[in-house]
Amino acid sequence: MTRRLGPWPAYLARRLGAVVGTLVVTSFLVFASLHVAPGDPVAFLVQGRSPSPEAIAAVKEQYGLDQPFLTQYLHWLGGVLHGDLGRSFQFRENVGSLLTARLGTTLALVLMSAILITVVGLAAGIIGSLHAGRTADRFVLVLTTLLAAVPSFVAAILLISLFSVRLGWFPTFGAGTGLVDRAYHLALPSLALSLTFIALVGRVTRSAMLDELGREHVEVALSRGMPRRTVVRRHVLRNALGPIATISGLLVAGLLVSSAIVESAFGLNGLGSLLVQSVDKGDFPVVQAIVLIVVTAFVVVNLVVDLLQPLIDPRSLAGTAAR
Amino acid sequence: MSLLTLTDVSLRMPALARRPLLDAVDLTVDRGEVVGLVGESGSGKSLTARAILGLLPPGAEVGGTIEVDGLDVLSAGRDDLRRLRSSQVSMVFQDPRAAINPLRRIGDYLTESVRLARGGDGRAATARALELLEAVGLPDPVRHLRQFPHELSGGMLQRVMIAGALMGDPSLLLCDEPTTALDVTTQAEIVSILARLQAEQGLGMLFITHDLDLAGAICDRVYVMYAGRVVETARATELFADPRHPYTAGLLASTPGVDRNHDRLVPVCGSPLSLLENPPGCAFAPRCDFAVDGLCANEPPALVQEGDRAVRCLRSAEISPGRSARAHTVRSAR
Amino acid sequence: MTALAVSVVGSGRLARLRSAGGGWLVVASALMLLAFVLAAVLAPVLAPYDPDLPVLGNVLAPIGAQHLLGTDQVGRDTFSRLLFGARTSLVGPLAVVVVATVLGVATGLLAGWRGGWVDAAISRVLDILFAFPGLLLAILAVSLFGKGVVAPVIAMAIAYTPFVARQVRGLVLTAKARPFVSAYAVQGFGAFSIATRRVLPNIAPTMLAQATVLFGYALLDLASLSFLGLGVQPPTADWGAMINQSRGAVLLGQPLSAVVPSVMVILTVVAFNVVGEELGDRIAKRDR
Repeated sequence: MTRRLGPWPAYLARRLGAVVGTLVVTSFLVFASLHVAPGDPVAFLVQGRSPSPEAIAAVKEQYGLDQPFLTQYLHWLGGVLHGDLGRSFQFRENVGSLLTARLGTTLALVLMSAILITVVGLAAGIIGSLHAGRTADRFVLVLTTLLAAVPSFVAAILLISLFSVRLGWFPTFGAGTGLVDRAYHLALPSLALSLTFIALVGRVTRSAMLDELGREHVEVALSRGMPRRTVVRRHVLRNALGPIATISGLLVAGLLVSSAIVESAFGLNGLGSLLVQSVDKGDFPVVQAIVLIVVTAFVVVNLVVDLLQPLIDPRSLAGTAAR
Repeated sequence: MSLLTLTDVSLRMPALARRPLLDAVDLTVDRGEVVGLVGESGSGKSLTARAILGLLPPGAEVGGTIEVDGLDVLSAGRDDLRRLRSSQVSMVFQDPRAAINPLRRIGDYLTESVRLARGGDGRAATARALELLEAVGLPDPVRHLRQFPHELSGGMLQRVMIAGALMGDPSLLLCDEPTTALDVTTQAEIVSILARLQAEQGLGMLFITHDLDLAGAICDRVYVMYAGRVVETARATELFADPRHPYTAGLLASTPGVDRNHDRLVPVCGSPLSLLENPPGCAFAPRCDFAVDGLCANEPPALVQEGDRAVRCLRSAEISPGRSARAHTVRSAR
Repeated sequence: MTALAVSVVGSGRLARLRSAGGGWLVVASALMLLAFVLAAVLAPVLAPYDPDLPVLGNVLAPIGAQHLLGTDQVGRDTFSRLLFGARTSLVGPLAVVVVATVLGVATGLLAGWRGGWVDAAISRVLDILFAFPGLLLAILAVSLFGKGVVAPVIAMAIAYTPFVARQVRGLVLTAKARPFVSAYAVQGFGAFSIATRRVLPNIAPTMLAQATVLFGYALLDLASLSFLGLGVQPPTADWGAMINQSRGAVLLGQPLSAVVPSVMVILTVVAFNVVGEELGDRIAKRDR
């Protein structure tokens, strides 16, 4: 697939510029949030723990609280870019190592959910659109309406009470060890996490497919003798990918944030449950770090989706609106 | 045996319309012949073309027979239909930008029907595509194959569509208002390309348009449709010289032509029949200057053959709509 | 078509829905929502028991005459807690939606109407805000201000504002291009009065539809927060908190005190989504 390089580098540069700008501002906001808390920053950071002189000095040093504001930010940002996210108060460890230890579970959970969402959501949307107005479509619509209203914590509790407690098919907590055991332990959590997003992807897919099915070039393709299944694949589904890809950014953000809920409900040791724990225990450096990671991940995923846009819709490079 | 024969074709869509969308349509196209199908929007001409390809809207009830090269389209199975569409009949659509998938390359568009409908070889298909792009007069075929539709102008895209229509070596070409979406200069180019290719390859061509002059320019025979029925058919020259149906005469009188003398253009008053109306008699009666009260609106006129002409008008023998239309002053609308 | 710019609660909407002949599902949803709101408002009158009073002798009772929906793990009547829980579960999202809508309309109107650098600046700010998911910002707010409902509600409202603002801005831009606006301007009406008195009422129905959908999201997010123990604090009844507190009971095989509030959450959000979609559909038809 050779492609003229023409406008692409300019497009890339523009997007990268915007993303860097956004990341700078969001990181600044995350950093500055410390000072939004009522009262003295030092007191806030130390809250609940005995304010020994060493502890206070350590906090001041970590955040550079004696220095001017901007310097504090740059000092903090510099640390972040070198992987130094501060020290956790509750664990007396580097935040960085805390996070990397738990990253695996969260990533596995999000990945399993993403696969489930993509497969089931796309299938539901495609089937619904191809049978629009008939029983299968009604079923899809009802299902998506219901699922959209089941938040992950409700799903978690209901699934646990049915499949773990009543039927004993799945474990109630823990992430397991080893690939298969992991998958087994994460089955219910990823299902709980996925339900609302399956509804979202299903609806968006169905709507995009219906839009495309009505386009003239689909009828033209049929008129040239191509089998219906081929036309649906090459011309309907292919063209519907655009709107579907657009929501994937939202999807990832939602997954990351909701994982906090699912991890807490199932007793998994991931980033999400760490976040909740840290809020509970007033361990601000950890909270700050996780918030920063989630927001950054969100921005980066959106960037990737944007960069893939020209592949999906060649007209976006030329600057024409996609519809 | 004619290449294309429509016999008593009717199409109803009870959910949408009270009147039949096509009613007792008889039409033939022979090999190497260019036949025009003229009518305003809503006359059923596009529907006829789609019916020939077996592309009927859902909920349509069809009657009569459509035969292409011996194949009965309306009762054909899936495989027969696929063969029909990929190698016997092709259609050139009105708006190339809507008809070609904007997200795929021109080369894909051209070769996909051959590769996927007939399981043909990709390389051979590409070679043929290049040949045809040249045949339609595009300057840089190799580059065009890799381009996307938005990189080409409307006129160039229409040429691409014509090339695409010829990829399967069809014997019948349907052109559904192929120039309506284009500007006048481009129209002339496209029409000349179509005429040339038709002559070169001996194709049968059904040329659908609302422009009677355009039909007259390239067609051997013309059918005129109104409200789903054929109201007149004749050889093009005879039709223009001596229209026998008031509607045809009205159309001729209302279109400006360089070679005709008009004091003023005489529009056909009134508006086309809506889908909800289903009058028992002649559908054109409300707008017809020659309609007789009590007769035309109540009795359905039959299509009457006279040699190689046919007219659907109860009064056509008595009146000379052609001459009278030319002598008309403006009448008040009914 | 009747303008649907009426308040969310109120019999006026009911009458209009019925007369406009919305499908039975929409009417049922609207009625159910009305019932929930009434239940919340009349909770002190309707609740048979004190929702916060533990009765350790009657823990995890099943459905029965004494307790309509059973009791929870410390013996509190679930039905009473459900009624009182409706208050916190519904008021929070309402506050979020109202604040987000007000802020969003104000910023969107300003950006769309003024254009130029004002628009560019506001759009940049909105882009930044888009990067913060609602629940995440709420969690951050809790870490800064402590557990409770006020801080998360404000944080969520801020997180939802860009969605409203973007839509309003788009609508204002389209409206600005319409001839009726220039007609008013030519007659000498000031920009502000055109914007507020002419453009806003046109936008109101779409805003209402979006507000309904946002309410559903806000409800889910706030309930999730309470589930995590970070929002509504015990002993206050709240559907999310109730589900959290009943986890022990679930593990013991007694899910009733968890299932009841779960079903309430699902029903409420489904009802809001159904009504919101219907509103959206009608507005789309009206505009066509």
